[in-house]
Amino acid sequence: MHVLLAVVVGVLYAAGLYMMLRRSIIKLLIGLALIGHASNLLIFISAGLLRGSPPLVPPGEERLELVHTDPLPPALILTAIVISFAIVSFACVLVKRAYQEVGSDDLHQMRSTEA
Amino acid sequence: MSPLLLVSPVLLPMLGFIISLGFWKRPPLQRWINIVVSVSLVAVGATLVWAAADGEVGAVRLGDWPAPVAITFVVDRLAAVMILFAGVVATAASLYSLGGIDRRREAFGFHPLMLTLLAAVCGAFLTADLFNLYVWFEVMLLSSFVLLSLGGGRHQLEGAIKYVALNLLSSALFLGAIGLTYGMLGTLNMADLAEKLAAAEQPERFTPVAAVFITAFSIKAAAFPFFFWLPASYHTPPAIISAVFGALLTKVGVYVIIRFFSLMYPGSHPDAALVYETLGWIAGTTMLLGVLGAAVQTNMRRLLSFHIVSQIGYMLMGLAIAGAALAVAERPGLDEAERNAALAAATLALAGAVLHTLHNMIVKGGLFLVAGVVERTEGADDLNRVGGLYKSRPGLAAIFFVLAMSLAGIPVLSGFWSKVLLVKAGLEAQAYGLIATSLLVSVVTLFSMTKIWMYAFWKPAPEPSPIAESDRVSSIGTRDPRSGRGLWAMYAGCLILATGAVVMGAFAAPIVDYVEAAAANVIDPRNYFDAVLDRPQRLSTEATP
Repeated sequence: MHVLLAVVVGVLYAAGLYMMLRRSIIKLLIGLALIGHASNLLIFISAGLLRGSPPLVPPGEERLELVHTDPLPPALILTAIVISFAIVSFACVLVKRAYQEVGSDDLHQMRSTEA
Repeated sequence: MSPLLLVSPVLLPMLGFIISLGFWKRPPLQRWINIVVSVSLVAVGATLVWAAADGEVGAVRLGDWPAPVAITFVVDRLAAVMILFAGVVATAASLYSLGGIDRRREAFGFHPLMLTLLAAVCGAFLTADLFNLYVWFEVMLLSSFVLLSLGGGRHQLEGAIKYVALNLLSSALFLGAIGLTYGMLGTLNMADLAEKLAAAEQPERFTPVAAVFITAFSIKAAAFPFFFWLPASYHTPPAIISAVFGALLTKVGVYVIIRFFSLMYPGSHPDAALVYETLGWIAGTTMLLGVLGAAVQTNMRRLLSFHIVSQIGYMLMGLAIAGAALAVAERPGLDEAERNAALAAATLALAGAVLHTLHNMIVKGGLFLVAGVVERTEGADDLNRVGGLYKSRPGLAAIFFVLAMSLAGIPVLSGFWSKVLLVKAGLEAQAYGLIATSLLVSVVTLFSMTKIWMYAFWKPAPEPSPIAESDRVSSIGTRDPRSGRGLWAMYAGCLILATGAVVMGAFAAPIVDYVEAAAANVIDPRNYFDAVLDRPQRLSTEATP
């Protein structure tokens, strides 16, 4: 499972970077979203995966079992997902406005501010 | 330090933001809320500086969770003084905004967004938790995204796309690095991380993760080779927004680099020499490329944007020299005198980096504000289109002269002292290549400041050529460019920062002492560890160098 997920993370980063390097601003946006997913998944696996040991206190016990999944990484990922939701929706609006102003979705047409 | 005082740099702007939202339809009220919050942030910052001056590190664990688990806010000398200066910049900007921002942008939430930006900047200064730092970065980014694109216009939107894309990439890298760190060391509390890393069997294994961190942070701080988004975007919004971004955002990046590397890579780390040598190369290249970019520009704010990049190089140079000296101090076979000399050089270099950061917050903000006044009164921001300002606006000329000479590092102004510290430390640590580069860069800085002075202030005003509507600065951000309404407020904002530059230069002795003590705290962070991890503080709070 670790190996599979590690490969998935790598593929997501690669796909995200590839999309970011394209000329279309929509693809730029998709690329950024993919890289965000890759980072979230990376947090998920880097903390270690355990099968079937939820961090729940069993009935009648006072404390967690000795071996249990670390609940912190999912909490971090949840926070990161909420934040990236806000940011990606802002970026969507920004891309749409830029498209309306420039009249093109080609990043090469958007060089008027560069030196 | 009381817990309330410790969290108030974040709490005050957040409260101001919430109250401003309640008065969404009444921007004049929001203006005054902005000013009140900014002024009280100066008061809070001054109190924190005073409370931290004896070396005590204050910490508050939010929600009263036990030590390594809780999100901790921590104030040492460095964080306190950063908050004070952020408050000063915010005060100048909020005053300037009385005349320097247009009604339309105000109606769409300019003031509340400035407050969230301020809260996030202070949060990033205070936090001792890597993931919490990520959250503050995102709050800061989202506010700055909206501020940058507020008001629309083709230039602004194009600039915003570049800014958004690069900064999102940086956040994703930062997040990935946080995941790797947690997987390796099982904690995200910076003090806990530093102690675990120091006790680790193979601390070298952390270095690839640190490389991801430095990539993410140097995108934020606009260091080589990731600076190109900054000159492509910072000159597009109204001058006041450029000023606040230029004064605060990149400096947060530098502050985080200083914090992170001083904690994770003390001189005893086996990779310290390698890491700080790399930082030295990054620093030298950043300052050189930044200033060369600036030298060819004729647009005032674009020129200043390149200077932001160049000045970041000086700050990183201080850290690089300090780290290299610390690595030398840990070499086996040194006698006591050699070790003390290396430690002294490290303290001096780090003090120079901190002082340069503070000086830059004031001066860079001030220069952008002056550029905004020029744009407003002349209707253009290109050096070929303006002129004769020395004759028509001697007051503005005086303010600009002070700020520009301070940036170039002319004696008795603020920039001089930080460069003295850096050069002195560099000579002691024998970093001759970096010193030579930095002095060369100073000369070119002086050249490009002189260029603005000659073109905008000294040369006779050009024939009033009819400026095509499309060429007009789309973002002057004023109600009526030619009228004098609100101009006093814009002058007041510039004047505060120019006064700051003079005061920092004239009363350098106590400031340098304080910054050196702050640097000593950063180099020997035992009190920081103890405060964050809820233990009695080991270092005597009386012993200040």
